[in-house]
Amino acid sequence: MNTVVFAETNSEGKFRKSAAESVSYAKHIAGMAGGRVVAVTFGASEPGDLSRYGADEIANLTDKELTRFSPEIWAQALSEAAQGEVHILPHSNDGASMAPFLALKRDAALVTGAIAYPSAVSPLRVKRNAFSGKGIMEVAVEGERAVLTVMPNSVGKKESGSQSEITEKSMHLDVPKVTVKSQELTQGKVDVKEANVVVSAGRGLKGPENWGMIEELSELLNGATACSKPVSDMGWRPHSEHVGQTGKTIAPDLYIAIGISGAIQHLAGVNGSKNIVVINSDPDAPFFQAADYGIVGDLFKVVPQLIAELKKYHIQNG
Amino acid sequence: MNVLVCISQVPDTTAKIEFTDGNRAFDTTGISFVINPYDEFGLTRAIWLQERQGARITAVTVGDASVEPSLRKALALGADDAIRIDAEPRDSYQVANELAALVEAGKYDLVITGKESIDYNGGAVPGFLAAMLNWPFVNGCIQLEIEGRKASAQREIDGGREVVGFPLPAVIAGQKGLVEERDLKIPSMRGIVMARKKPLTVKEPLGTQAKTQAEGFERPASKSAVTLIDADRLDELIKCLHEEVKVI
Ligand SMILES: Cc1cc2nc3c(=O)[nH]c(=O)nc-3n(C[C@H](O)[C@H](O)[C@H](O)COP(=O)(O)OP(=O)(O)OC[C@H]3O[C@@H](n4cnc5c(N)ncnc54)[C@H](O)[C@@H]3O)c2cc1C
Ligand SMILES: Nc1ncnc2c1ncn2[C@@H]1O[C@H](COP(=O)(O)O)[C@@H](O)[C@H]1O
Repeated sequence: MNTVVFAETNSEGKFRKSAAESVSYAKHIAGMAGGRVVAVTFGASEPGDLSRYGADEIANLTDKELTRFSPEIWAQALSEAAQGEVHILPHSNDGASMAPFLALKRDAALVTGAIAYPSAVSPLRVKRNAFSGKGIMEVAVEGERAVLTVMPNSVGKKESGSQSEITEKSMHLDVPKVTVKSQELTQGKVDVKEANVVVSAGRGLKGPENWGMIEELSELLNGATACSKPVSDMGWRPHSEHVGQTGKTIAPDLYIAIGISGAIQHLAGVNGSKNIVVINSDPDAPFFQAADYGIVGDLFKVVPQLIAELKKYHIQNG
Repeated sequence: MNVLVCISQVPDTTAKIEFTDGNRAFDTTGISFVINPYDEFGLTRAIWLQERQGARITAVTVGDASVEPSLRKALALGADDAIRIDAEPRDSYQVANELAALVEAGKYDLVITGKESIDYNGGAVPGFLAAMLNWPFVNGCIQLEIEGRKASAQREIDGGREVVGFPLPAVIAGQKGLVEERDLKIPSMRGIVMARKKPLTVKEPLGTQAKTQAEGFERPASKSAVTLIDADRLDELIKCLHEEVKVI
């Protein structure tokens, strides 16, 4: 049984964190069911970077058409580049968008949002996110073929240092049905779904002009910024930062919630975080019940102090 | 222009989620159901197309009779008619296949779905539907303009956003941005009265078989008690971030 991985790159051709995670995931399946792990990537600058996560083969597709996202064309390329029973994709915007196209092409069952390694293969059984983080659902696949999207930050990456055969391929692809007229990329920023650390702020910040310290804190931790729903509804922050039941679901190693009360809809999208720090002036804020570490205090004092402490730490420890 | 708005009925966002039947099923006791929030954005955008560009709106749900209140609400908000495909939703492939048959039998120019349903979070019905129909697909749609047979839209992609163009017919999967939160309406009295007279048709399903099966459910592990750190001892938090959380 071969496992094919979609290894996603960013606009500079560097692998996203999800690429290493997806290959590690496939390697785990290969460990359970045997077979090869084939990673397919589009225009990667350093395809060999994936060898150490256990890819037996890395197929780097160099077609120009693949530089722009198209769910149907990316699915076509992935399907034609390698044969396999199981396909692993990241549950990112692009991975989740193309997955149904791939599943239909491969006549495979689709499971989206996996949060753990499969408990069984052939037929595949795996746990996935449900009710926006309020539940976990175990799903079994009918048949041998499956396409699986895996939540970023859920199982992590694992080095298993094998050699890979690296090939460059190009193929004949269809014309995309949707044409891209322009792009606006958030260059140099850590993606909120992939970030190890997410610094998130809510209505307690009082206004958009106060986000400077949130961005500074997040940069010091090499993290991404997020916000509660009312904050994006009021236009203080872009919608792409809205996390929660009706926004993005995230699972970073560390989630810092500043001036967010912890409503059930907010918690749903972030309770998969490995560690939660809550900063709130109200000791009865519901978020403290979902937190690992809590600081009761005025955020306008606590956050600048935290920034100062972090800078001190960075200076002391290089 | 005929617009089909696909609606999924989901538990109210304040609902506590519990499981029953030996953790094999979602416990619907005491749960109130609503139109999936992502679908409300789509329905609202469709109503603008109706008000401003003369579109005709059909709302559709795949489900048993218990989903009819959501279809009635869609009618009260402005949909012209509603269709219920009488099948229990089992997975996104099955739901999409049932919807595709309806689309193929009708004359729709645009199918509007939500990016994801907040109950099973598949995020896959829209893509499956577009793939089955072989129509253009815009996922994560945050803006949409239609002019004649041409559409332009904005979509969220990994690492940013894009402006795209495509011909109709097409499938889009919307999210906030398609319309804003403040644009969402609640049904008026007049709308509710009118909705009673609008057609709600029940259609027999094809009987598509699902390709996946729910085996069981669990609740996420609960957190142990919070460790409170004094606001004047943030050095202790730094120590935790270094030693326990290991992010610095
Ligand atoms: C259908 C629906 C879907 C929803 N989906 C989501 C979702 O996906 N995500 C989401 O986030 N919300 C969602 N909500 C909204 C949710 O119910 C809450 O209203 C929202 O999360 C509250 O945002 P907040 O915590 O920023 O603001 P508030 O609840 O107003 O909380 C502000 C907090 O800041 C604290 N604070 C104030 N000043 C200070 C200070 N100086 N120092 C320290 N702390 C301070 C306060 O004590 C308070 O706890 C949804 C609601 C509905 C109805
Ligand atoms: N049972 C259903 N009936 C009609 N439309 C649905 C149904 N389930 C999902 N959809 C549509 O597909 C979108 C994405 O749902 P899902 O793929 O289930 O996350 C929803 O926002 C709806 O627009």
